[in-house]
Amino acid sequence: MSLQPIPNPEIKSKEIAEQQKSKSLGIEALLRLLKSKTSIIGLIIITILIVTAILAPFIATHDPTTQSIPDRYQAPSGEHWLGTDELGRDIFSRIVYGTQISIRIGLIAVGISMIVGVILGAVAGYFGRWVDQIIMRVIDIMMAFPSILLAIALVAVLGPSLTNAMIAVGIVGVPQFARIVRSAVLSVKETEYVEAARAIGGKHGRILFRHVLPNSMAPIIVQTTLGIGTAILDAAGLSFLGLGAQPPTPEWGAMLSDGRAALQNAPWVVAFPGLAIFLFVLGFNLFGDGLRDALDPKLKE
Amino acid sequence: MIKYISRRLLMLIPVLIGVSILAFSLIHLVPGDPARSILGEKATQSQLEALQEELGLNDPYYVQYGRFLGDILKGNLGESIQSKESIGVELLHKLPATIELAVFAMIVAIIVGVIAGVIAAVKQYSWFDNMSMTAALFGVSMPIFWLGLMMIWLFSVTFDILPPSGRLSTGVELHTITNFYLLDSILTGNWLAFKDSFSHLLMPGLALATIPMAIIARMTRSSMLEVMRQDYIRTANAKGLKKTLIVFQHALKNASLPVLTVIGLQFGLLLGGAVLTETIFSWPGIGRYVYLAVLGRDYPVVQSTILIIAIIFVLVNLITDILYKYLDPRIKFE
Repeated sequence: MSLQPIPNPEIKSKEIAEQQKSKSLGIEALLRLLKSKTSIIGLIIITILIVTAILAPFIATHDPTTQSIPDRYQAPSGEHWLGTDELGRDIFSRIVYGTQISIRIGLIAVGISMIVGVILGAVAGYFGRWVDQIIMRVIDIMMAFPSILLAIALVAVLGPSLTNAMIAVGIVGVPQFARIVRSAVLSVKETEYVEAARAIGGKHGRILFRHVLPNSMAPIIVQTTLGIGTAILDAAGLSFLGLGAQPPTPEWGAMLSDGRAALQNAPWVVAFPGLAIFLFVLGFNLFGDGLRDALDPKLKE
Repeated sequence: MIKYISRRLLMLIPVLIGVSILAFSLIHLVPGDPARSILGEKATQSQLEALQEELGLNDPYYVQYGRFLGDILKGNLGESIQSKESIGVELLHKLPATIELAVFAMIVAIIVGVIAGVIAAVKQYSWFDNMSMTAALFGVSMPIFWLGLMMIWLFSVTFDILPPSGRLSTGVELHTITNFYLLDSILTGNWLAFKDSFSHLLMPGLALATIPMAIIARMTRSSMLEVMRQDYIRTANAKGLKKTLIVFQHALKNASLPVLTVIGLQFGLLLGGAVLTETIFSWPGIGRYVYLAVLGRDYPVVQSTILIIAIIFVLVNLITDILYKYLDPRIKFE
């Protein structure tokens, strides 16, 4: 309720998207995206991470979970590029395999936020009246909690595990999507082509999914990209607190947490997984910012 | 104005009721018997029944909720299962710690963020603009718990110039009045304690300031850029007014409203969301309190504290909104 005055650039983008529909929005936006240096850097980072995740078994130099107590806390060397942790596991290999987990967390958590948020926001915006009232009051209640705290509370209820952390982070992201989609739908709903679709007797479901939502896509795409970064950050935070991934899963936040005790003697156990998280989130933020600029040329001026 | 405020306060009631239902429901959403989940697998039947009785779990939900709400309204936040202490009394110690940390972080974030944002906007596309916006992007992409640990490694382990945890060194005496240690040490004229508590505040404060600082800098820059394009700025330039006067008197004043909104939102987040920072630096605030309660399955603490944090968060946001409308005469009070 109390967050409204932040100017919402995503809404404007939709209007522009409509105007440019005839000139093929997709190609124009793509050209703008490819011209921006930052989004290219973001795209490169994301590509490297995805390739790493797919080729993890070939890139990793060791098994990510094999313990070797005599080799514990070894500094980075030719044998162990990023050193070893408290159980003698190779940190480089664990980070490489961790990429798979982080991508999965990002996609599943944001997938939950997006599906639930888009449905709630679209239904609220399209039907209005009491449906809108009820949905938006529930969203208000969710937004009355700082997000990481709500995620912690949800995990407290569901029990600590990687799956539950993903669900919690996903639920916490719902209000963002719902609000963005609702305001996008509100303005598309009044356009003439929607009115025309209604006039020829289109059913609500068809109008919503064939006419209204496709024309609200730009802000949803931007929020999804930026949301992946936030989701990784929140999920890593939960794992760091012991409420997400459990040992011996090579999840970056959990790895960081394992290294805390040895900060004095083996700072690399903490340093490298953190850098991995940072790089991952940075990639999605760069790309997301670029996407927003590309889909909303007005902002770039 | 008063009408607007009272209308907004009225609108808060359904949200707060919803929040209280959510906080109350937490304990009942736990799979299985909450009493067993608190006591663990080895608990005997009689222990379980005693705890169920103590928590009032045998009553119907609406009776339990009524009791929960009634207690809260009377100012009785219940009792911690782990420490047996009154939650209200514990919060009186934890809340000032969190507020002190959040206020310090916010002051740093506002000063650095606004200055960086203004310079970046005035010197758009300069090396400073590029550097500070890159730094801001790094700031929002960084896991704060990692930054905190790296700071501890650098300043406490390697250089040994700052204490890694807590609010006060052992051996330093401080007579507490308000539980805001900086304030208390000033009030009692205890400069040793002031220096000590400030050095404890420095690292967690800076770590916590990172994200709001980055967001404020970005917001200030974009808001300033928008204002600097306006006609009256061109007029001021044409009149030959001094650049500093134009930037600070004409532009910043009008660019500050969106920044204010961001500041309010971020401050609310810091007050309730400092779980990670407080945990890393063992800062005895409410974020760490909730976290330890979650680990220890101390549900009454989780319920009450989450409710209190939500109320604070909602109120800070409300105050931001009211300030926003108050400061911008163009916005009418409906």
